[in-house]
Amino acid sequence: MGTKQTVVDILKDLTGSDVSGNLDENLFDSGMIDSMATVELLLELQERFGIDVPVSEFDRSEWDTPNKIIAKVESMK
Amino acid sequence: MINLQPYGNPMYFVYLLVGLLPLMIGLYFGKRFVVYQTIISAIFLLLIFGGSKWQQGLALIGYIVYQFIVVGGYAVYKRRANQTWVFVCTVILSIIPLVIVKITPAIQVGRQSLIGFLGISYLTFKSVQMVMEMRDGTIKKFDPIMFARFLLFFPTISSGPIDRYRRFQHDYIQIPDRKHYLQMLDKAVHYIFLGFLYKFILSYLFGTMMLPKIAHIAIMHREAFFHTGISLALVGYMYTYSMYLFFDFAGYSLFAVAASYLMGIETPMNFNQPFKAHNIKDFWNRWHMTLSFWFRDFIFMRLTFFIMKHRLIKNRKRIPQVAYLANFLIMGFWHGVTWYYIVYGLFHAGAIIINDYWLGFKKKHRQLPHNRLTEGIAIFITFNVVCFSFLIFSGFLNTLWFSAR
Repeated sequence: MGTKQTVVDILKDLTGSDVSGNLDENLFDSGMIDSMATVELLLELQERFGIDVPVSEFDRSEWDTPNKIIAKVESMK
Repeated sequence: MINLQPYGNPMYFVYLLVGLLPLMIGLYFGKRFVVYQTIISAIFLLLIFGGSKWQQGLALIGYIVYQFIVVGGYAVYKRRANQTWVFVCTVILSIIPLVIVKITPAIQVGRQSLIGFLGISYLTFKSVQMVMEMRDGTIKKFDPIMFARFLLFFPTISSGPIDRYRRFQHDYIQIPDRKHYLQMLDKAVHYIFLGFLYKFILSYLFGTMMLPKIAHIAIMHREAFFHTGISLALVGYMYTYSMYLFFDFAGYSLFAVAASYLMGIETPMNFNQPFKAHNIKDFWNRWHMTLSFWFRDFIFMRLTFFIMKHRLIKNRKRIPQVAYLANFLIMGFWHGVTWYYIVYGLFHAGAIIINDYWLGFKKKHRQLPHNRLTEGIAIFITFNVVCFSFLIFSGFLNTLWFSAR
């Protein structure tokens, strides 16, 4: 399974909605993700991709859309 | 020697502008005069902590030396090893001076600790942040001079906004291009004048002119409503104090941000129209933002991360609730060790937990109406909940209920 599909699946689990139709939607502004969901996201990424994202690495503006998350994961793999 | 508190009166801005002018000319031409900036910063720090405040000045120097040993020591250690207990001990060591300063007045009534000085809590936020980011590996190199500049950045030293080291370092080294710098100057002028309106007019009106009168009436009605003191005047006090608190702090923050901009540093904003918040969560994204984001990033998120990683709490719904409680309780204690600050923290934790239940309910029932009326109601409820929390925070209830009659 590709990075994109995995990230979309994780976000679907977290937010309960399918983001694949709008990969540039701001997840924080729309209220789909909060601090708690962010932590779950980081832990999921760690588990599925084996990438270690410390909390201080998490700058909201760099992770606020599905596309940015996918790009971040790709760059860290 | 004279003593000059930051942004205390209009004259301060004249000194500020004159002092910063050479630096601004340099930045306009794409250069940061580091030596000049260091000297002028030292002078402004001397004005804050010199003269009658010399004891605070000494405390500040002692504090800086102490944090250098703690943070610098951790940086040296981190190169060789990365054990959790060392990290925890370093954080504790870094917080200890602030804890002593906060606890002293609670133990010895009314006495201030000798090691305290204006802005110690803000410097502690910066130091602890360094330790945590070094632990995470996001700050790799400990640059003592940059650390000193970061801690002692005089526009924000007394009451924030709380900047982040990596952001500050970037701005310090990377000089904004001319177009961008001119935009920053433009904003700075706007912020200063908005700050004048907030701090010297509105805060004066609410805080100095109205508040003492309303307080007096409310105290005269302290036997009202079955001895609870609940009266119209108390309600009036609540709103007046809330307005005063906002305009006073937002005004100060605008000055601090503006002064930073003049120096080519984009210190983050502290307020974003907080009374327009739709719910308590939204409120904390708009009120004293650099503090709430600090708590979010360094306490709330770390705690939830820790709890989830080690599966300490099975029920997924409980995790954020526990973290909120810890988060706001610590924030309450940080404000000071008094019953009303702690109750203020607990009140907000309770409010945000209830808010989470409501957001969850809304997610499940998407057919719920959402229109301008419901938004208006949401803003109204949030505003009143917030104002009530500020009444607790003000300590006025303590005066009303417990001070000598």
